[in-house]
Amino acid sequence: MDRRDFLASVAAAGLASAASLGGCDGRPPPLPPGGLSGTALDLGHRLRDGGFPPPGERRRLPVLIIGAGVGGLSAGWKLARSGFADFLLVELEAEAGGNSRAGRNAVSAYPWGAHYLPLPTREASAVRELLAELGVLQGDPRAPQPIYDERYLCASPQERLYRDGLWQEGILPQSGVAATERAQYQRFFERMAIFRGQRDGAGRRAFALPMALSSRDPRLLALDTISMRDWLLAQGLDSPQLHWYVNYACRDDYGAGSGTVSAWAGIHYFACRDGAAQNASSETVLTAPEGNAWLAEGMLRSIQDRVGERLLSGALAFRVAAAEPQGGHSGPVEVDLWLPGERRTLRILAEQVIWAAPLFLVPHVIAGPKAIRIAAGNYSYSPWLVANLTLSRFPDDRHGAPPAWDNVLYDGAGLGYVVATHQKMRVRPGATVLTYYRSLDALSPQRGREALRDTSHAGWAEQILAELERPHANIRQLTTRLDVFRNAHAMARPVPGLIWGAARQQFAGDGGQLRFAHADVSGFSLFEEAQYRGVLAAERTLGRLGVPFTSSLT
Amino acid sequence: MLNHALLFSVFVVASCGLAYELIAGALASYLLGDSVTQFSTVIGTYLFAMGIGSWLSRYVEQHLIARFIQVELMVGVLGGFSAAALFFIFAWAPAPFKLALYLSVFAVGVMVGLEIPLIMRILKRDLSLKDLISQVLTFDYLGALAVSILFPLLLVPHLGLMRSGLLFGLLNVAVAMWASWLFRGQLRNFRWLRVQGGAAALALLAAFVAAGELTSLAEARLYADEIVHAESTPYQRIVITRWKDDLRLHLNNNLQFSSRDEYRYHEALIHPGLSTLPAARRVLVLGGGDGLAVREILKYPQVESVTLVDLDPAMTRLFASAQPLRELNDDALHSAKVTVVNADALQWLEENDELFDFVVVDFPDPSNFAIGKLYSSAFYRLLDKHLAGGALAVIQSTSPLYARQSFWCIVSTLESVGLVATPYHALVPSFGEWGFVLAGRRSYQPPQSYAIATRFLTAAATPALFQFPKDMARVEAEINRLNSQVLVRYFEQEWRQVIR
Repeated sequence: MDRRDFLASVAAAGLASAASLGGCDGRPPPLPPGGLSGTALDLGHRLRDGGFPPPGERRRLPVLIIGAGVGGLSAGWKLARSGFADFLLVELEAEAGGNSRAGRNAVSAYPWGAHYLPLPTREASAVRELLAELGVLQGDPRAPQPIYDERYLCASPQERLYRDGLWQEGILPQSGVAATERAQYQRFFERMAIFRGQRDGAGRRAFALPMALSSRDPRLLALDTISMRDWLLAQGLDSPQLHWYVNYACRDDYGAGSGTVSAWAGIHYFACRDGAAQNASSETVLTAPEGNAWLAEGMLRSIQDRVGERLLSGALAFRVAAAEPQGGHSGPVEVDLWLPGERRTLRILAEQVIWAAPLFLVPHVIAGPKAIRIAAGNYSYSPWLVANLTLSRFPDDRHGAPPAWDNVLYDGAGLGYVVATHQKMRVRPGATVLTYYRSLDALSPQRGREALRDTSHAGWAEQILAELERPHANIRQLTTRLDVFRNAHAMARPVPGLIWGAARQQFAGDGGQLRFAHADVSGFSLFEEAQYRGVLAAERTLGRLGVPFTSSLT
Repeated sequence: MLNHALLFSVFVVASCGLAYELIAGALASYLLGDSVTQFSTVIGTYLFAMGIGSWLSRYVEQHLIARFIQVELMVGVLGGFSAAALFFIFAWAPAPFKLALYLSVFAVGVMVGLEIPLIMRILKRDLSLKDLISQVLTFDYLGALAVSILFPLLLVPHLGLMRSGLLFGLLNVAVAMWASWLFRGQLRNFRWLRVQGGAAALALLAAFVAAGELTSLAEARLYADEIVHAESTPYQRIVITRWKDDLRLHLNNNLQFSSRDEYRYHEALIHPGLSTLPAARRVLVLGGGDGLAVREILKYPQVESVTLVDLDPAMTRLFASAQPLRELNDDALHSAKVTVVNADALQWLEENDELFDFVVVDFPDPSNFAIGKLYSSAFYRLLDKHLAGGALAVIQSTSPLYARQSFWCIVSTLESVGLVATPYHALVPSFGEWGFVLAGRRSYQPPQSYAIATRFLTAAATPALFQFPKDMARVEAEINRLNSQVLVRYFEQEWRQVIR
């Protein structure tokens, strides 16, 4: 027996004893059952393959909105709020909501995507208007510190971090962090506070939310030419723990790390949010068991209540083209919709079209100006995975801070999990649902999509349980169901040059008949951005049609 | 082969040696606190004792192998039982605990100090000094590494200190048995050693199996009094103790009442409020599964129904069935007027729309975030929805003396939802100075007289309960909201200072 064999046998013995301590019979329980779903990939792939039948029915319509995610719903919400009813929302998926959709089971509702909204900024006037309509913002929607319905304010403790075998409160690493690194934390947050308060000569915030209202000071826009990581290093901020934290924030918000996203986008995350509440601290977020689905569902309900059913789901817009000009002025836009349920093509002849689908679909669908198709090619997207684990009770926990709403593993492959039942008014929540998030940022987007396509349900379940098993030894025994949702193009990545480069400007302007209303137009996937783009496109459309309205954006 | 076997035993012996040191250090930190001091002094004593053991090894001149085996057996028994023995000594006689701790650390250290020199001398016959030192020390340090990693990650979380100690004792004995078998040709009293080893292994194994019972035996001593009932429910650990005529209820090691003075607590909780409500017919009690608050409520003939909502069915079952407890609560839980509901109070309030004339909120102190929800503005808003016109609620509100800001935080939180809060306090000797808050939609006046029988309260003395002397007077406190849970933070901070 030489030394290496010896070490190997010691390691094997250690593992064997660890395994026998973990489960009674030494074998892990079978993987929990569950579904493996994803964005409607097969229909999307049909876009590339083509071969749709020629249109049968033709219908004229003043306004068509393509895509019923937050952008499209916001456009419809603004139209309906302005008393305008002559529009249709078409959606490829079976239901509206986009990245703000939710699932429900006997235990709880749970998110399939976005799960919180920070307290809205002063300039996010349309968000405040929506929250007031939904009854969550109480009193004057423009008050500097409104009162929010406490059921939607995230209950304390909001966040915790599992690091070195211990849970700590908050996500910024604390224990065992050297004084020099702490000094860098402080410098970083001071710098962000300065950015947060900074305004240019025209009174615009350096980093506003919605981002369109931000300052155009070239010194600020220059931050869009380097990566967030390089910016930190250029500031002399090299603390590994600070870099972990900033990288985590970028992965969490943009699905890409601090070495990939631009410094402008990275700083925007920390510097744009200055919302406040009378009955909560400014870091508190608004959330619900179903994530942000209550916002999407609220807008859909608002549309239905005002103007009736306007949603056509399961419909694939596969061709958008300007019709031949008729008698001097331009004719309607032709939009061909494939209705898989009815196996037929419907042609809508729309006066005005609001494109509220992700921009990567543009080259496959819009037979418009070449510049738009090229600009759309400048976007890259992060693939994401969301898994919902249904547990018969909250699993055993490692020492340290008690369970929070958002629970992050320091060196996890994923971004951690949120507890869907956290907002429930219960002393003992009993059965629960944990929503696990993972952006596949360790791989290139292409490789990430291949991993999403090629990994089985069992493969994901094993990876996720093995990761969560570290802080929760008995999570395998308690998980009764594990459902996986794959989103191959979950969100645009704000890489250097995207936000303040020329390509994005192709979509941000006011078109003649075709307008773009999606978070992609802002360059990053935030509820506030998608809603702003939707409301803006609706207001521009109303203006073009000569319909009177009160702007939500001033 | 023999050499490899001995080197492997160096590895095991080193693991065990470090394990005993870690166990003693951890046990001392758990029981005495101040872990830096405990670990430093334990490690210092241990290393010093090892030095003495090494020095003593020169006096072992003959029968090296047999001596080594005997030393192993002694280390196994002494070290293996050290954690269990120390735990018991602490439970029975805390005073000599430190002496026992350092004696046991010293004894194990001396034995462990003997081991390595003996092994080196056995190996010396076949190895050069260069190889000998290099190999023995390599395995010595490897063993230390293995245990220092396994100890916090695997052993303590899964086995606990007592069982970890016994496990390492078994390993030492196993090394001894293995060595006695390997060297059986060179040992004269091979059989006798085997008998000794077998006895040691059996004793350790038995203790390992029974460690759970041993723990509760030691726990029984930690409560000074006789335990008459103990059970672990999914929600809490219920322990009832008796000393002469004093029955005490402990939930998760926190005293809930002593039968000697609980009348003070429960009279103060119920009568200042309920005696001002001659028309109160429907009463709700949240928490209070012991039925003692209900006993006081049932003294009022106008009360037609009492709904008791307590999370833990084991609590209400116990206080409805055990004879001495039924005597204590006057069999309140069997009264025809009383309905017992075992439910989560928050869920129950959300799902019911019944109104009540008097509500008693008698939850445990806000020591964690789950219970902290029961003292939040959201909870009081929910509570308000269940108050009939003119109704009052009373809330047990921890000690205004020991947890002053916590107490006034509860008052501020009640006021934040628009309720009129009237704070008061009473002395309950087994708890100390205790606080309560009456809440309603109108201002409150103390009763002019008590129509029911009392042992503590008189109408004349009642107004004094509403006076707060200087050291309990109102202090600024934030509102306890679900999204801040400031009360749990106040409470933790204030009680930590009291315990110190």
